[in-house]
Amino acid sequence: MAEGISVTTTQAGAGPWRLIPAAAAAAATLWFAGFVAPVSHGEIPQYVLPWVPMLGIDFAFRLDGLSLAFALLICGIGALVFLYAATYFRSDRRLGSLLLTLIAFAISMLGLTVADDAVTLFVFWEGTTVTSWLLVGFDHEREKSRAAALQALLVTGMGGLALLAGLLIMGGMAGTYRLSEMNAMGEMFRASGLYPLIFALVILGCFTKSAQWPFQFWLPGAMAAPTPVSAYLHSATMVKAGVYLMARLTPALGGTDLWIWTLVPVGAFTMILASVWAMRQTDLKLMLAFTTIMGLSVITMLLGVSTPEAAVAAMTFLLVHAFYKAGLFLSVGMIEKGAGSREYPEVAGLAAAMPLTTTVIALAALSMAGAPPFFGFIGKEVIYEAAGHAPVLPLFVAGAALVANALMIGCAGMVAIRPFFFRPRRSPRDMPADPGWGLWLGPAILAALGLFCGLFPGTVDHALVAPMVHAVTGAESPTHLALWHGIGAPLILSLVTFALGGCLYLLLDPIRDRLAAAEPSLPRTEGWYDAALVGIAAIAAALTGALQNGRMTSYLRWTFLTLGALIWLALFVGHGTWPAFTLSREIMDWAIFVIIVVSIVMVLRTHSRLTAITALGGVGSGIAIIFVLYGAIDVAMTQLFVEILVVIFLAIAMVRLPPTGAMPFRVGNALVAAVLGLGVFVVQLSVLGTDLDLFMTVFFEQSSVPSALGHNIVNVILVDFRGFDTMGEISVVVIAGVASIAALRAGRRTLR
Amino acid sequence: MKSLILSTCTRMLMPLILILSVFVFWRGHNEPGGGFIGGLLAATAFALVEKAEGLEAAKRALRFRPQSIAAFGLGCALVSGVWGGLQYGYFLKGVWPFITIDAEGNKHGLPFGSIFLFDLGVYFVVLGTVCGILFALEDVVSREADVEED
Repeated sequence: MAEGISVTTTQAGAGPWRLIPAAAAAAATLWFAGFVAPVSHGEIPQYVLPWVPMLGIDFAFRLDGLSLAFALLICGIGALVFLYAATYFRSDRRLGSLLLTLIAFAISMLGLTVADDAVTLFVFWEGTTVTSWLLVGFDHEREKSRAAALQALLVTGMGGLALLAGLLIMGGMAGTYRLSEMNAMGEMFRASGLYPLIFALVILGCFTKSAQWPFQFWLPGAMAAPTPVSAYLHSATMVKAGVYLMARLTPALGGTDLWIWTLVPVGAFTMILASVWAMRQTDLKLMLAFTTIMGLSVITMLLGVSTPEAAVAAMTFLLVHAFYKAGLFLSVGMIEKGAGSREYPEVAGLAAAMPLTTTVIALAALSMAGAPPFFGFIGKEVIYEAAGHAPVLPLFVAGAALVANALMIGCAGMVAIRPFFFRPRRSPRDMPADPGWGLWLGPAILAALGLFCGLFPGTVDHALVAPMVHAVTGAESPTHLALWHGIGAPLILSLVTFALGGCLYLLLDPIRDRLAAAEPSLPRTEGWYDAALVGIAAIAAALTGALQNGRMTSYLRWTFLTLGALIWLALFVGHGTWPAFTLSREIMDWAIFVIIVVSIVMVLRTHSRLTAITALGGVGSGIAIIFVLYGAIDVAMTQLFVEILVVIFLAIAMVRLPPTGAMPFRVGNALVAAVLGLGVFVVQLSVLGTDLDLFMTVFFEQSSVPSALGHNIVNVILVDFRGFDTMGEISVVVIAGVASIAALRAGRRTLR
Repeated sequence: MKSLILSTCTRMLMPLILILSVFVFWRGHNEPGGGFIGGLLAATAFALVEKAEGLEAAKRALRFRPQSIAAFGLGCALVSGVWGGLQYGYFLKGVWPFITIDAEGNKHGLPFGSIFLFDLGVYFVVLGTVCGILFALEDVVSREADVEED
């Protein structure tokens, strides 16, 4: 029955449930849209849910302009991507898990951008890392996907750890984990001696997440992810988390020389590097991945410039990029579905067969190229405007932006002209055609938004950009977006960009071939990643080989030696007192002493394992009697039963081993035994010699009956006062049991 | 190799030990005993059966898979924790629904609640894990012996 249902659903495609995530995300977008008006008037909605009040950590959320813009992007583009994914993977049985992971990712990303508490932000930050690992490795049956997912996880995970350290230092200095309160203490952070450390740690987190040099290599690798995932994670959301955090912490950390001279050069260098390599790609999706790195670098560089004009440019470009890049990623998926390939040399002349795809891509690509009247044009103008006002190296910033933008025009031509115009039709699929509405609706809306924002820049400026800039700089936005800025340096630079970009597009093939030919001889950035991976594996192998040599005696020797060393260290470092040591006159004590000593002598003298085990049981029983004598009945009972069971276990295991024969006396082992035994003996004595603090004992004696309704204090402590410890212990017991059973069964299999 | 004396004794001892283990567990909150000791005691009962009658007999006597018993125990402990959490807002806080305390501080009613459930969980975890490892170990060793005899 269940089988039959699953087969039919696979054939017909998933049911209407697949549209639920898209609908939910659309509803969330509308809900957030309701905040646009209040936020643009300066209101900042907050919501706090106590989490660890003792440490001042809360689930604190705050919706200022920056957070709101991100929330709208995440939910809005999320809705379109969920719809797209539901269509793209309609007949794939993994659709459910894909949508579920995408939703988990969207929630993490949303939490990250609206969090006002540093720890909350970090938790969501790691949430995006883990979910993106699952999403990049979605085709987990392919080796390449798994490697790419692992690479993304390790690089961003490493940055995440650095970020946590940075945020914790900041929290410790500020005495609060609220980002909004930290941002108010910018002077204190910048003047502090710890500033370089905080900066390095936080920026490491941001650069790894947002794929800045030298961590940029994971992003093209992550294109192993399915198209909808790339469109969502690697254009509009996850990779923007790093940029978001830089913008978020600008009031606290930004504006210093260190900030400017790190962000501007790294941003500019990554920007040019990425745009050059974008020209080399033939896979359109991979090309878009490189242009995404370029987009992120532009924002990084602009945030580094640290002027109000640059903040306007950064925030505007962030929106511009989100619209056109997500649209283009989704559109490339349309080419792939409709024509059968996303390698541009393999497809050509599709304009007549796929008019809708052509239009959508053309709109998005025009915004990417920065053509008027698209939003991309405004984005480019404000970048040039900001470059002119840059406090450091304005020519350098403007020049880097010019080169990168020109290369963008070449790339826009690559995706919008090459597959569609001026050549006879050619495609792996015989009858290329536009895909269904579920696929084109999303990119079409995004492309249309690019045009809409370009035509009505005042609306976007008032509703989104100005509040975002206010959140970053704490001041009113100095410039207002407009399509026509008048004739000035930015316009002239734009015209130069178009000319240069046009030339680059015409020279696309020779540039690509030259780059492809030069590629093997150039140094690879991921070299350090590969080397680190190999190095860690080698160290792990060497260490495991030395410690896990498979000999039980060796393990025991090392364990006991370490324990003995620790005990003697404690004895010498600590300050215990030597107790008054009087010999007991009780006959019972001497009887127990004799039992234990005789048992130990037997253990040492016997050649039979069984005898040795039983004699060890004798030692344990002697100790159990001591417990009885001193009134610790519970401990005695436990000790006794454990002894019995241990003897049974060892008897089963060892009875099958060959006879030991005469055991040679090993001086080394004897020394280890002596060191440990004497150490324990002396420690016991010195523990007895110290004054016992009876605070806990008195507390338990007094509270056991009234608060826990039990007379047996030992049991009450175990199950009530320290129940959480016991919970942990029994979990460990179960895990150890399952592991032993598994290990034993594995041994059984190799025997056969 | 079966010993007649051992198996005859086991037949009488095993129920006695089990009853004793339940008794020790039951009185554990006020007298020496409790879930951990009770569970160990119950495990020795099944170890005895295993030694006297063989692995299959011990598995039959236990009825359920040892791992399931351990998992059930962990589940009991978790439920008791959540119970306290739902009732008082603190995970693992003791809940005694049938006990009332009068003005003199004397308690009346049935001593059953989340702490009892928690201790029961400990009992089953210990019983299940010890039996699980014991059975697996015996299984491996006896198969190894078969291989040698072949």
